[in-house]
Amino acid sequence: MNLKMFLAAGILAASLCAASNGAGAAEATIQVSAKNFMFTPGSVTVKAGTTVTWVNLDEEPHTVLSDAGLFRSSALDTQERFSFKFDKAGTYRYLCTIHPRMLGTVVVE
Amino acid sequence: MTDDSLDFPSRRRALGCLAYGGAGTLFVLAGGVFTPLDLAAAAADADRTARLGRPLFVQLSDTHIGFNKEANPDVDATLTRAIDLVNAMPEAPALLIHTGDITHLSRPAEFDHAQQLFSRINAGEMHTVPGEHDTSDATVSEYYSHFGKSSNNKGYYSFDHAGVHFIALVNVLQFKPGGLGTLGSDQLEWVEDDLKGRSASTPIVVFAHMPLWSVYEPWGWGTGDAPQLMAYLRRFGSVTVLNGHIHQIVQKVEGHVTFHTARSTAYPQPAAGVGEGPGPLKVPADQLAGALGISTVSLVKHPRTLALADRTLA
Repeated sequence: MNLKMFLAAGILAASLCAASNGAGAAEATIQVSAKNFMFTPGSVTVKAGTTVTWVNLDEEPHTVLSDAGLFRSSALDTQERFSFKFDKAGTYRYLCTIHPRMLGTVVVE
Repeated sequence: MTDDSLDFPSRRRALGCLAYGGAGTLFVLAGGVFTPLDLAAAAADADRTARLGRPLFVQLSDTHIGFNKEANPDVDATLTRAIDLVNAMPEAPALLIHTGDITHLSRPAEFDHAQQLFSRINAGEMHTVPGEHDTSDATVSEYYSHFGKSSNNKGYYSFDHAGVHFIALVNVLQFKPGGLGTLGSDQLEWVEDDLKGRSASTPIVVFAHMPLWSVYEPWGWGTGDAPQLMAYLRRFGSVTVLNGHIHQIVQKVEGHVTFHTARSTAYPQPAAGVGEGPGPLKVPADQLAGALGISTVSLVKHPRTLALADRTLA
């Protein structure tokens, strides 16, 4: 196996692992798209204990900032990710500090 | 941009430059009013520049060090071109003002590299304000550790030079959902105090990253509480308000107040409302330099005025 194939296999394994975790520990992924400057989906409802991962799919950097100051990412360049585990029920609003008209909500049940 | 906002020859020149691309603006103080000068023209026509006044400062903006996408894979090279233009001016400007987005991702290496590139500029003091790209690290600390000294890490401050009062403001930290920039009550109170007791004949230059007037609210191109700031500035006879952020020249004159946004040295952005959002605008490689630029302001003694000029990097 050459290096490239080895790395590809590693990435595949990681994603399979994430998928199997999803069944037990509940994992949600919110994708950040800057093509239309929106968090998609804009609102997500998850169970307490869920880790939400934001991934930036745009050429523009984005950030994720909780309006209550609960979490704040650094600037995410293209394909970079930020995760936060939501332990308590509640409604959590956030925005992108670089494009603050980009708003999103995580509802934790 | 409205074409009827200004009838100065310099305005027509600025529009002419826009057609070629972008490099910078030179500010000349003449009779209490800043007027923009085309930097290329300033270099090529020393007589005209002398007539208009001595170079007071050069405005650089939106250098976005660290950006490497298709719209400009080499932002170091275009900044270097802008610096070469400044260094070729007949007289070195006393000040260099950077209106933010020094870096693209607020990373320490980007700030270090930007400082290294700026060290080549043949100008007096350098003054900066942060853009939202400079304050996007999780701890909002990198800008201050590199450029916070002038303001005691507050980000906003004022200084005097050649009889002109300069006010550096931060409008990228307290974002309100919906997107407009915010100065905040602490900073506004500080401005009110800072201006107290100053003669109305003192020329004032205010600079911040996001526009301090409403350019295009759907894209957040404005500052929600700027009207309060303008109320404090209304009594002054010459006020020049400079911004970056939108990567293109938009200018308007309202009474004694001239508003001017500078081009980026990194990449252009679409005109307000054109396309899906204010991201990097890809233009053919041979047109990029013409879409980037710097601005220069000069001081004209008789009558006492500031003159502002834009020039592209082409």
